Amino acid sequence: MTVRRPFPLSHGTTTLGFIFQGGVIAAADTRASAGGLVACPAVNKITPIHSHLVVTSSGSGADCMLWERILGREIRLYQLRHRRCLSIRGTAKLLSFMLHPFKGTDVCVALTLCGWDKSGPKLIYVCSDGARLQGDIFSVGSGSPYAYGVLDGRLRWNLSKEEAVSLAREAVFRATHRDAYSGNNVDLFHITAQGWSQRKREELKEEYYRDMERRAKTVEKGKRETVLDALG
Amino acid sequence: MKDYHYSGPVEHKFSPYSFNGGTVLAVAGEDFAIVASDTRLSEGYSIHSRDSPKCYKLTDTTVIGCSGFHGDCLTLTKIIDARLKMYKHSNNKTMTSGAIAAMLSTILYGRRFFPYYVYNIIGGLDEHGKGAVYSFDPVGSYQRDTYKAGGSASAMLQPLLDNQIGFKNMEGVQHVPLTQEKAVQLVKDVFISAAERDVYTGDALRLCIITKEGIKEQTVALRKD
Repeated sequence: MTVRRPFPLSHGTTTLGFIFQGGVIAAADTRASAGGLVACPAVNKITPIHSHLVVTSSGSGADCMLWERILGREIRLYQLRHRRCLSIRGTAKLLSFMLHPFKGTDVCVALTLCGWDKSGPKLIYVCSDGARLQGDIFSVGSGSPYAYGVLDGRLRWNLSKEEAVSLAREAVFRATHRDAYSGNNVDLFHITAQGWSQRKREELKEEYYRDMERRAKTVEKGKRETVLDALG
Repeated sequence: MKDYHYSGPVEHKFSPYSFNGGTVLAVAGEDFAIVASDTRLSEGYSIHSRDSPKCYKLTDTTVIGCSGFHGDCLTLTKIIDARLKMYKHSNNKTMTSGAIAAMLSTILYGRRFFPYYVYNIIGGLDEHGKGAVYSFDPVGSYQRDTYKAGGSASAMLQPLLDNQIGFKNMEGVQHVPLTQEKAVQLVKDVFISAAERDVYTGDALRLCIITKEGIKEQTVALRKD
């Protein structure tokens, strides 16, 4: 018997992850919205769990924060008890089984585990509904349809690191432009066999103005060419 | 055009929650922190009290501001005080601001399925003596900020703080670090504005200024209508 909550919880996001020849890229926006209000414009949606695993979170902010904390604790305990690091697949299974008792309740977490273990780069999606899926490309959240559009168009296995970073950034930028519940900044992590590295958080406002200038120049060029054509 | 018709008498289920209004605000400076709240306690169209501040002193370096449902605010602060005492007796030291914030997150999440209807903001000094503000949602999600407004007028105050303290949404402005005097004046001005536009905010403003010398309290009058 649950009580009706008189307040909205934070939801809405765009996160994505994909595997390419140079490792795993994980990217996310930084907006936490509660109903129509931006509760926080600078949230960390990508959390490192250990040196070779980061988790992108989507869904309810508090649930993700606490469950990532619980996962981090369990991974560390496993490492101390068994003297080895748990594989990414094992981590995903552990998380999925821990979330299972809360299936059907209000708990809303949709995490992608992006990491590198003995068997190479891994990307696994785990959610509180019970899904646990391994794949090469995932995007989660209210802005994910827009991100998928950009990624599906340009993702190739043999992208260079710069191209992959630029693609991830572009996908989040386009999604934040169209989705009201995503926005503010982009966080980007790159995971290789040597561990994870974080790119400096980037504000999308600058990118939006650069994009507007580019469009204005293209329109100008188009107008000039039309005039020249008309003159014959 | 939609039909409006009377479908019969509607029974409202008992709700254990009630909204008692109030606004809290916290600002962190280089070596100080300010936690401020109004002192009006309301419910629906009535005012229960004009002298019910929402800042609660936890330790010599930490103050918490709680707004929302007053019943849950009182119980939550009682629980936090008890846990602080327990920590002091087991560990022989006072909890730091960061530790209190982490503990509060777990206390709030413990009631994930019947939450405390409280918007918390903790203000204080961290272990290095720098100002720290931690803001929470009702179920325990939190992070460290430089400034945050919570409660009924939060949506009105937060953009103003973003602009005046964070220098956001302005071009070509010099980023001057915030002094204690300027911060206190800003908080007073901001609450006066909130009292003008939010019906649940008013009566008086209680300011707690936390520095390494201790906690100083100030009370300033606000609109009483």
